[in-house]
Amino acid sequence: MSGAEIFLEFILFPGLLFTALAGLLTSWVDRKVTAMVQMRVGPPLLQPLYDLRKLLIKDTCVPEGGATGLFLVAPLIGFAGVTLASMILWRSLLNTEATFVGDLIVVIYLLVMPALGVILGSFASRNPLASIGGSREIKLMVAYELPLVLAVLVPVIQAGSIRLGDLVAAPSPAGSLSGILALLVCIACMQAKLTIVPFDMPEAETELSGGALIEYSGPPLAIFKLTRAMMLFTLPVLLAALFFGGAMTAPGWLPKVIGLLVWFLLVALTIVIRNTTPRVRTDQAVRFFWGPVSGVAAIAVSLAWAGW
Amino acid sequence: MNYAINTLTRSLNVFHLAGSACNNCDIEILDALTPKYDLERFGVTLVGSIRHADVLLLSGVFNRKSAVRMKEVLAQAPKPYLVIAIGGCPATGLMFKDSYNCDGPPSEYIAIDAFIPGCPPKPEAMISGLVKIIEALRSGALVPGCMARPEQEASYVCQ
Repeated sequence: MSGAEIFLEFILFPGLLFTALAGLLTSWVDRKVTAMVQMRVGPPLLQPLYDLRKLLIKDTCVPEGGATGLFLVAPLIGFAGVTLASMILWRSLLNTEATFVGDLIVVIYLLVMPALGVILGSFASRNPLASIGGSREIKLMVAYELPLVLAVLVPVIQAGSIRLGDLVAAPSPAGSLSGILALLVCIACMQAKLTIVPFDMPEAETELSGGALIEYSGPPLAIFKLTRAMMLFTLPVLLAALFFGGAMTAPGWLPKVIGLLVWFLLVALTIVIRNTTPRVRTDQAVRFFWGPVSGVAAIAVSLAWAGW
Repeated sequence: MNYAINTLTRSLNVFHLAGSACNNCDIEILDALTPKYDLERFGVTLVGSIRHADVLLLSGVFNRKSAVRMKEVLAQAPKPYLVIAIGGCPATGLMFKDSYNCDGPPSEYIAIDAFIPGCPPKPEAMISGLVKIIEALRSGALVPGCMARPEQEASYVCQ
């Protein structure tokens, strides 16, 4: 594979352009389903694109006394991370032989980058509300990463490989008891990783008025919003690939329909949880993830080890 | 049609600043954003930070202390933005016009792009006003004050 091909894969398909467009579509689905839950009409299909385009023509305000360089670079960290993660994920879904050993670890690390970008950006903006948002984001990250990594171990143990290509080609872990438990853990962690209700403490419109992103305007805010939309698209894809991989990558058209359906169900579940729960406090979230969720994840790993 | 204006009118994020209003306009503004009226159809959403906003909604007569804060918030808004005054108070001051603690209504010392009068205006009046504002912006009849009179910007900067 030549350098130009890799570059095209990164920019066009399945990298930047594809993930961005799919992410915008997913965020429209999110807003439309939210509108349906609240029994209203909701925004038009191109609304996420309009929002993004509008932010690109706005001024970029840089707060006085903040770390200007870091403030402007921070959005790009998460953006690059989620783009690369999505590219690796889709390469392994399209061709199970195309990836390298240990790419699952790389993807897990890359998906931490958006949260890291938000944290760096919030602290660089020298705003007390942003700092509170940033520190909440750190606590949330510390809370959900442990059960997430434990739960991701279940498909790895079942497939006996840490290469994404082998994982998606192996029989679906969701058919076993340990797989179901791990999937539930992953869904809870996904909600926190996307920082949406009930785990939206870092942004908390009502008390922190935008929280970590409070000082961002114009193009940097657009990149943050796009990153978040891309995460909303990529995380369900990762979960579907890990837990329903075998059912999705078999030849023929039916597995692809199943894959799309699983992805949509995961997105819809996220949106419904978001619309029907109130926000929890930081200590409640940490207790929740380190207590019951980590416990279930540990049980799932032991069950997977025992061959269940 | 101006590309920037067209882009702006399709996605208006609103920041609501209540200047010691009697709360009736504020309640009607919140009413207009509830599911029944569904302003998200027009791309209008309420945001919590002025940095994310395209529209600054003013309600109430700003007194001498809150007017300083209001100018400070206005100076932090990223351009291009609109300033819309809800209700009679920001336009004329109504019965607080000659009050000892305010320097007249905001319309006398900042550039307001549009007024939606009423005491308070109904949500329907606000939606109608919003649609008229969007149409005026697109036809060029209304140019946002921050674009038309950039020299005024300097006076917004607070000490």
